[in-house]
Amino acid sequence: MEDGPGWIRQAEADGRLVVSAGGAWTVAGAAALEQAVAALAPGPAGQVRFDLSALERVDTAGVFLLRAAARRYEETGADVALEGIAAQMRPLFELVAGNEGREPPEAPRSNPLTAVVERLGRSTVAGVRELTALVGFVGEVTLTAARISWRPRRFRIVSLTNQIERAGLNAIPIILLMTFLIGIVIAYQGAVQLRRLGFEILTIDMLAITMLRELGVLLTAIMIAGRSGSAFTAEIGTMKVNEEIAAMQALGLDPVEILVLPRIIALVIALPILTVFADVIGLLGGAAMAVVSMDMNTTQFMVRLGEAATLPHFIVGLVKAPAFAVIIGVVGCYEGLRVSGGADSVGVMTTRAVVLSIFLVIVADAVFSIMFAAMGV
Amino acid sequence: MAGEAVIRIRGLRNQFGRQVVHDGLDLDVLRGEVLGVVGGSGSGKSVLMLTILGLNRPSAGAVELLGVDVLRGDAEARAAAQTRCGVLFQDGALFSSLTVTENVQAPMREHLRLPAPLMDELAALKIAMVGLPPDAGPKYPGELSGGMRKRAGLARALSLDPEVVFLDEPTAGLDPIGAAGFDELIRDLQRSLGLTVVMVTHDLDSLAAICDRIAVLVDKKVRVGTMADHMRDRHPWIQEYFHGPRARAAFAAADMASGEGS
Repeated sequence: MEDGPGWIRQAEADGRLVVSAGGAWTVAGAAALEQAVAALAPGPAGQVRFDLSALERVDTAGVFLLRAAARRYEETGADVALEGIAAQMRPLFELVAGNEGREPPEAPRSNPLTAVVERLGRSTVAGVRELTALVGFVGEVTLTAARISWRPRRFRIVSLTNQIERAGLNAIPIILLMTFLIGIVIAYQGAVQLRRLGFEILTIDMLAITMLRELGVLLTAIMIAGRSGSAFTAEIGTMKVNEEIAAMQALGLDPVEILVLPRIIALVIALPILTVFADVIGLLGGAAMAVVSMDMNTTQFMVRLGEAATLPHFIVGLVKAPAFAVIIGVVGCYEGLRVSGGADSVGVMTTRAVVLSIFLVIVADAVFSIMFAAMGV
Repeated sequence: MAGEAVIRIRGLRNQFGRQVVHDGLDLDVLRGEVLGVVGGSGSGKSVLMLTILGLNRPSAGAVELLGVDVLRGDAEARAAAQTRCGVLFQDGALFSSLTVTENVQAPMREHLRLPAPLMDELAALKIAMVGLPPDAGPKYPGELSGGMRKRAGLARALSLDPEVVFLDEPTAGLDPIGAAGFDELIRDLQRSLGLTVVMVTHDLDSLAAICDRIAVLVDKKVRVGTMADHMRDRHPWIQEYFHGPRARAAFAAADMASGEGS
């Protein structure tokens, strides 16, 4: 059944104003009806009769607009009567009359300048609090790890292997592809620049040192932060939303022991292994590029590489891997446990975990560089 | 009550792998009635609701919603029929990144072009209609209690003034006072707005208090009747359901309430 569109008009009869409305007054036509109501011209004060007997269909939006129309006449001091409402529409009019006009309380307006200062203060305090809480969390994890090492049988070995598979084994293809490409890029860029100085052969030294000391481990850590750190936050955060964490605690199970520790240890094991893969494939990518673009055969390259890629460089890179793994694991799990509320909080915390862990990994890398420089390695 | 069927299901068959949930199920929902849907766990109550809404494709059968063939009708007609339906999911299923007001306005924004002040006023009206305080509007779902989330979900379901409203376990998880209040709210709104209500519920108090007819899902089919019809049914599951100790208490309470009313 199709009803005609809603209409409203006013006419004068016996010195009285009669406003009649009819058709369908529903939310579907609400925009046009609101304009029609706004176009009414409330006359001088007196008696106004609303004739609603031609209404075919109304819903809450329609009733709301009809009552808004009536209010416009009332504001001019007129005495308004709504008449001709069909019996089956009466409950709807009563329902709307009982519930309308309850505006939500206005949010307190603040000075934009003080608001900026307030936001700055709030975010500073929140940042400091987050950092201290993170330190507290590191302490908690350390204590749990110490407790576990007293009773190693409590350790969740199945969970650990599962996590190593997901964070380590499954990450191998992408790590290999990425570092191979980076190896190519470094070798090519280095060769182009060093050729102008006549030291093209030093490309191999540059490749070996950057790859082994810095890029192999750093790129792997960044990839794992994006891949596994975010997964940790999302998994643990979703469990928090589903009250699974609370259920664990209620059953006397320690979430740090069951969820956090296996994940961190899995990364500590997986990241160095991935770094070794990354180093080897990175050098391989560089070698491929060098052989193709430089006038050098494979044997020459290998001899030079053997001289440049010394064990200390390799060790310096590898030593950093467990430290980066701890940073990624701790931050990922910590942000996951901080999830509160609903799905949007999981998203916010996951973003924050990735950004924070990559940032902290780079900070740690800088600290390592300074340390190694001081030690003279 | 007009005899017009707003939902007409014929020969419905739902099968997941080898598990047959519905087989040869027929059901009519009449305009203006409150139909309660009950059944044991796994009897396909939620699947039935999703099928009517066109969110689940059945293996066989025909489903007609407000005169539109949900399975074979053209997409535009189906979408139009869907906007004439409102759904209250269990626990509200509110969009957690939007405030209550924005949740209520979400269907309006999607389907209609209304000026913002009018949408604000309509949302405030809907929020008041479901019995929420005005200051609930700017809050996020995470800040509300379970009962308030259900009311907010109902306000969103009523956003476009639907003709048919589906409620999935509306009183589950509410305390008895809250549940009775929610029943009353549904009954009042159903009468004032002329709604047709399909309600999946296990709350015997709700069944006794507000349902005109009850559809019982047994043996992959549905048996529809009034409470009195089901009381006489010899089917063992129905016997146990409507004659158990909890059922007796609920019906005694309903009888007392109607006795006082008359």
